[in-house]
Amino acid sequence: MFSYEVRRNALTVWLSGELDDRAAARLRKEIDALVDDARVRRLIFDVSELEFMDSSGIGLIIGRYKKVSKRGGSVAVTGQDRRIDKLFQMSGVYQVVERL
Amino acid sequence: MKGESNVKIINEMRLDFPAISENEGFARMVVSGFMLPLNPTMEELADVKTAVSEAVTNAIVHGYGGRRGTVRLHGAYTTENLLYIDVIDKGRGIADIESARQPFFTTAEGEERSGMGFTVMESFMDQVEVKSALGEGTTVRLIKRVDQREAALPRRS
Repeated sequence: MFSYEVRRNALTVWLSGELDDRAAARLRKEIDALVDDARVRRLIFDVSELEFMDSSGIGLIIGRYKKVSKRGGSVAVTGQDRRIDKLFQMSGVYQVVERL
Repeated sequence: MKGESNVKIINEMRLDFPAISENEGFARMVVSGFMLPLNPTMEELADVKTAVSEAVTNAIVHGYGGRRGTVRLHGAYTTENLLYIDVIDKGRGIADIESARQPFFTTAEGEERSGMGFTVMESFMDQVEVKSALGEGTTVRLIKRVDQREAALPRRS
């Protein structure tokens, strides 16, 4: 469902498969185990391997943004196709999350 | 789902399943399979899957809110390539439909719900109709005209 890499204070998360409400509940816990490390100041979501995403993905990303931004960190997304880009745009994700 | 004058329903399906999150992906698969004879583009297929996912998740998370219940999918398509998908629950119902359809509206603040469900349905479908009564449940009707590429790729008869 995801793989990750930590480099210095940057955490990159590659999401894959289908990101719906059920998957988001699981991912939230697993990603938070990594994000809760106070050294993480930069979080990058790579969504290029996602086969499906609905608005549950928005909640997942904004929720992590709230955590990381509290300690002065930033969040970015990359690899979005047209559909996911539309979802991020309509929900205002790009107002707080950088689009790479 | 009554068609006007000459518009006839070609195919119809009904599916009942328990309101558990395992079935969100199942519902998406069923609807993709059901609409395949309409020869949809990948884009149309993904649009409908996304809208169905939002409606089914709403039924499970908000309609039943963790309680046991049944979600019903009722699908149909017509001679005019209009696809109808009804997502029906007998859950708690929506108090104020107009508010619920606004972007960022959510009754589940602490749970990281984006409140974008209806907004997403509306932007990926041609039409979304919502009927709801408190304590009785909610019916969301998703409507989309499919197979806009018929001229380029003739359908097998």
